[in-house]
Amino acid sequence: MDLSDTPQEAEFRARLREWLGKVLPSLPAKPSPDDWPGRRAYDLGWQRTLYDAGYGEVHWGADPAVRMIFLEETEKAGAPYVGANFVGLLHAGPTVAAEGTEEQKARWLPPVLRGEEVWCQGFSEPDAGSDLAALRTRARRDGDAYVVSGSKIWTSHAEVADWCELLVRTDPDAPRHRGITWLAMPMDAPGITVRPLRTLAGSNEFAEVFLDEVRVPVANRVGEENDGWRVTMVTLSFERGTAFVGEVVACRRVLGELALAARENGRWDDPVLRRRLGRLNAEFRALWRLTQWNVSEASEGVPGVGGSVFKLRYSHARQELYEAAAEVLGDGGAALDLEQPWVLDRLSSLSYTIAAGTSQIQHSIVAERVLGLPKGR
Amino acid sequence: MRFQLTEDQRALRTGVRELLAARFGRERLRAAVGADEAGEVPELDRRLWRELGSAGFFSLRLPETAGGVGLGLPEAVLVFEEAGRALLPGPLIATHLAAGEVPGAAEGGTVVTAVDGGGVVEWLEAADAVRGDAAGAVPIRSADPLTPLHRVTAPVSGDRTDVLLTSLLTAAEQLGTAARVCELAAQHARTREQFGRPIGAFQAVQHLCAGILVRVEVARAAVYAAAVTVDPADIAAARLLADEAAVRGARDCLQVHGGMGFTWESDVHLYLKRAWVRARRPGSVTECEEVLAAALLAEAR
Ligand SMILES: Cc1cc2nc3c(=O)[nH]c(=O)nc-3n(C[C@H](O)[C@H](O)[C@H](O)COP(=O)(O)OP(=O)(O)OC[C@H]3O[C@@H](n4cnc5c(N)ncnc54)[C@H](O)[C@@H]3O)c2cc1C
Repeated sequence: MDLSDTPQEAEFRARLREWLGKVLPSLPAKPSPDDWPGRRAYDLGWQRTLYDAGYGEVHWGADPAVRMIFLEETEKAGAPYVGANFVGLLHAGPTVAAEGTEEQKARWLPPVLRGEEVWCQGFSEPDAGSDLAALRTRARRDGDAYVVSGSKIWTSHAEVADWCELLVRTDPDAPRHRGITWLAMPMDAPGITVRPLRTLAGSNEFAEVFLDEVRVPVANRVGEENDGWRVTMVTLSFERGTAFVGEVVACRRVLGELALAARENGRWDDPVLRRRLGRLNAEFRALWRLTQWNVSEASEGVPGVGGSVFKLRYSHARQELYEAAAEVLGDGGAALDLEQPWVLDRLSSLSYTIAAGTSQIQHSIVAERVLGLPKGR
Repeated sequence: MRFQLTEDQRALRTGVRELLAARFGRERLRAAVGADEAGEVPELDRRLWRELGSAGFFSLRLPETAGGVGLGLPEAVLVFEEAGRALLPGPLIATHLAAGEVPGAAEGGTVVTAVDGGGVVEWLEAADAVRGDAAGAVPIRSADPLTPLHRVTAPVSGDRTDVLLTSLLTAAEQLGTAARVCELAAQHARTREQFGRPIGAFQAVQHLCAGILVRVEVARAAVYAAAVTVDPADIAAARLLADEAAVRGARDCLQVHGGMGFTWESDVHLYLKRAWVRARRPGSVTECEEVLAAALLAEAR
């Protein structure tokens, strides 16, 4: 059990810290949350900056400990979040890297790393959310293309994406899990309509995507035809296993700021509230340690109980954090003032127990795959 | 960063688990409970105590030059986790902390107990030495049939390091108990049938069990990290989360066992009662939360 940096890790951390100290002050101002083209440009710009400095590939690096350091240091320094690059960097890219042909890797990976192309995830459908294998979007083969019709929903960043990791049904007669195929769909193909959906936070974070006879080259298929469910499991393991690491550090920072604010406004004198913040401190410290544990175990090639356990607890803790924030900062109507940035954070924290698999689904996964309980009903 | 068990640590854990299974398996556990059934106060098994002593249980962290094993806190945590798993009775932590100071403690020849923050002393009559002031202690009928208790009124004057280490090792014991009740719950859910299928196929039961496991894993990460850093806030976090994992885990395990869980014959209540006893040792919920709150301000500045 060792929590200290190896000499190489310490060297990486120091170099990164120094670089962040130099580069962050000269970064342009963040665009407003509703300015999607602006956000796309900003997020791609940051990825390009990382790439040019040799950090572009850090999420895919062979050494997960180095990635942890990267996420820890960038978050502590207040560097930009992956944002629009989330899908490309954190799960579509890694899926292509693991399952794609050499040609596909050469076509899709460099633009993600260089901050040139944005990906989105077209998995969920109106009638296939938790029950993803119920998806109905059809793809029929026509020469060297699949012709795709159907619709996707809750597609994050669809408005500004260049590519979509798309799940389609290629064999309607096969058992549900067997007739699915994983495609990379160019978002500018004819027949695609993106209709932004307003989230409860008021933003256009995600969209509906309608597909009407969209032609996707067969060459864009990752994995075999009808073998998409297996590829999907690869994608989901990246999505759950890695996506929230940096955010724990962010939550710890928010919690610290909250404590200072409470001392400022006198709420700190309320022992019930103070102890509630103390307990949240335990929670986020432990979640950070759990991440380090999972990462260390994974580097040994042993997949820990990791992703689902972590996601369950983290999504809940994040919501509790913003409930506590409302208690600390909420006097005088501040808790209801949408101009307060943390009110938006409170609203968006509500999605964490839903997106990337609901808490109920994660509980079932833990029960069945970790504890070996029989298949649920 | 290599935050995982080393080969030696894994071997140590396996070794201790095997030793305890051989010396304090289920039959011994139930035999120990027997005293309560006969209306007597349980005796401390001196032979077992000496065996633990010669296995290095108490001298684990003493330097080899002082006749100890020369290991560190992470190893001690692993050993106490196993003790918690096996529900090993006795003032284990007090004796462990007294090794090197109280003659005979390291070898398991002397049984040492301590007066601590919860207003009670464990195993006072069995102890050869008491740290702290137990004057005027009054025996109470202990809810835990395996831990005799005395109520004390004297204020606690424990030294700070001892309090921290007691809290950390208590967290380790709680972790072991939590992990064990998780196994017991899952085992029962896999085998007990109702409505023509194993109850573990019902989501309500699945989610209870999954909740137990999540608390175990979160507590494990916190306890192991605290053993490495020995940071007071880390120890407080470990203790809070491990207490929760053990107490809630045992309660949920009892629920999964249904009526069977409410019977004396089932072991589940033994885990719960011991978790309660440990939860009131120094470093209670309130203290831990205050330590962690203060740490927030200190770090955010
Ligand atoms: C902010 C946000 C961003 C998202 N981004 C994307 C994206 O980019 N791409 C994409 O493809 N999808 C995306 N999603 C969709 C997300 O993956 C789904 O919302 C999620 O999987 C749940 O599906 P559902 O909404 O259909 O809910 P449902 O499946 O209808 O679930 C409704 C309720 O029933 C419960 N439930 C359902 N089935 C079971 C069961 N078997 N056992 C117990 N309880 C059950 C659920 O837990 C939930 O409480 C996003 C969602 C959100 C909120």
